[in-house]
Parts: sequence; structure tokens; C-alpha cells
Amino acid sequence: MSLERIVSRVTSNQSRKLAGIAKYRGYLDEQFCQVEDLQDEASPNFVEEVVTLFFKDSGRLMSNIEQALEKYPRDFNRWDTYMQQLKGSCSSIGASRMKNECMSFRDSCGQGNVEGCMRSFQKVKREHAVLRQKLESYFQLLRQAGPAGAATRPVM
Amino acid sequence: MAVAIEAPFHVLAVDDSLPDRKLIERLLKTSSFQVTTVDSGSKALEFLGLHDHEDSPISTQSDQQEVAVNLIITDYCMPGMTGYDLLKKIKESSYLRDIPVVIMSSDNIPSRINRCLEEGADEFFLKPVRLSDMSKLKPHILKSRCKEHYQQEQHLQSNSESNNSSNPTSENSSSSTSTNSHKRKAVDEEILPHTIRPRHS
Repeated sequence: MSLERIVSRVTSNQSRKLAGIAKYRGYLDEQFCQVEDLQDEASPNFVEEVVTLFFKDSGRLMSNIEQALEKYPRDFNRWDTYMQQLKGSCSSIGASRMKNECMSFRDSCGQGNVEGCMRSFQKVKREHAVLRQKLESYFQLLRQAGPAGAATRPVM
Repeated sequence: MAVAIEAPFHVLAVDDSLPDRKLIERLLKTSSFQVTTVDSGSKALEFLGLHDHEDSPISTQSDQQEVAVNLIITDYCMPGMTGYDLLKKIKESSYLRDIPVVIMSSDNIPSRINRCLEEGADEFFLKPVRLSDMSKLKPHILKSRCKEHYQQEQHLQSNSESNNSSNPTSENSSSSTSTNSHKRKAVDEEILPHTIRPRHS
């Protein structure tokens, strides 16, 4: 793609989302676009606010799971219930890779597979950390571009 | 003739998840609804003026400051009182049962969906809920208003026949046959929602 095309794409609102998807392909799905669509002049920081709430909520849920894995060995029902909440949260913001790992965990619960649960949980944690990193840098870039940054919005 | 400058419809949204509450609130506001969010079924009942263990309102004073709720949208999976439990309580209450209820769930379980619809839910949304889902809400609110106006008309007719009166009855007269719940204070038209059983399953 030529530089002119890249620049012209990022100057439109639509392309901001497309660029976002391109970079975060796999990490974030169409649902994230839906969240972005809800941001407007009335709610100019909506996406960042929701993402912040997501990390607050998911952090709490993950520490519940961590504790439950230790405190309630082989309590697959409990583990699954906690993970169902986390999966729901992921689904709401379009965190697809993290959501998939949540689903693997739940599969392992269903199979009574402790090893599988432990492995999946490590992956959930990793996806969580990666996603946080990517979104933090995404918002940082947006801030650097400034409020009227349509023309100067960085290529992602 | 009642020429109402309509206040926006008021939706009560119930969800224990913080990001989901933020999302549903935005979805509803973007769709021109007035929104109140609560994080549990019991708080929802409290807001609606009902204690868990009663089916009549905390106060029945008609001049009490009431907050009209035109629709309730609730998550299914919540700790303590689930969305289904909340739905049941609402439908068991003569005071609340006419308010349309929508259930949201991230799990696509047909038996769950059917159970909710059978219990009187007007709609079931799969999460994540989208902006396009919001357009399904207003019809349920309007249906309940139309039906209520029809019922009021019937009641007024039978009233005037029995009283042999030619005076038009005030629209705001409370009747024993319709629920007193959730009269909108700020507008001319009275809104007394009524249960609409879904035609589809």
C-alpha cells in the first residue's frame, strides 16, 4: 500500500477503525468496532472508559479464579462459573483471543481436566497482559495525535 | 386532546458486570432512552418501589414522587437474584407486571430462552447487545401503551354508561381495573404498560 493511500485512509473515521482492526487482527473483533461506534461528541472518551472498566473488572475476576484454583481444588463448577463471567466480559469488548482462551478453560472444566485448566489459565493471563499493552499504546497514540487529530492520527 | 411533549422513555437496565452496564447505558442513551442502571435484581426491585418479599409497592400514595419505568432490560446470569428470578418477581407483582421485560444473556441456550419467554419476557437478546437491538425495544413499549389506552377507553365507556354521565372523564383518573404503576408525571398522556405475551417463541 502506498504512503498516500495509507495517509488518506487514516484521515477518515472509518479507516481509523479499519486500521485498528488490521493491527489488532485476532486480538479484537467486530464487537470492538461496535464499541467504537458508540463514541461521539456526547461521549468522546467512551471507548477508553469501557476498556478501563473491562481491565478493572477482568483483573478482579482473574484474581478470583487464581484464588479458586488454589483454594478449591478440582471445584470445576466454581472455576467454570468464574470463567463464564470473565468470558462474558471479553465478549462485550470484542477481546476475541482472550475469549477463546476462556473457552478452552471452560472446556477443560467440562472434562474435569485440571492440567488443561491450569494451562489455559496461563494463556488467559498472557492474552490479558498482551491486550492491555496493545490497548494502552493505542490510547497513548490517540492522545498524542490530539483531539483534532484526524489528519495527524498515526498509522497503526 | 392530549398533546404530549413526550419525555423520553425510561429504561431500567440491570447487570452485575461493570463494563456491560456502561455499554448498555450508552446503547440506550444513543437510542434516545432515559436510563437508570443498577447492578442487581434486588436493587432493581428497590428502584421499582418493591421489596423482595412483597408484591405491592412500598407506598401507594398516588401523589408520591414516582419514577416511571417503561421497560426493564436485565442480564440473565447474576449472583443472588438471576434475571429470571427478577422476571418472575416482576410478573408476580400486580404493580409491576405490565412493564415489558427484556432478558440478555451471553449463552445461547434455547431452553433458557423459552423459559424466559414463557415466564413473560418480551424479548431475549444475545450478548454482546448491539445498537441494532435497541430498535426492538420501542415497539414493546408502544404496544403496551396502545393496549392500555384501549383498556382505558373500554373502562371509561363502561363508567360513563353506568354513571349516565356525559362529562369526559379525566385521563388521569385511576381505575381499579388497571394498574396504578408508573404513571408518567411530566407528560399529559398516561402510560400504564400492560403485559404483552410474545407471539413468537
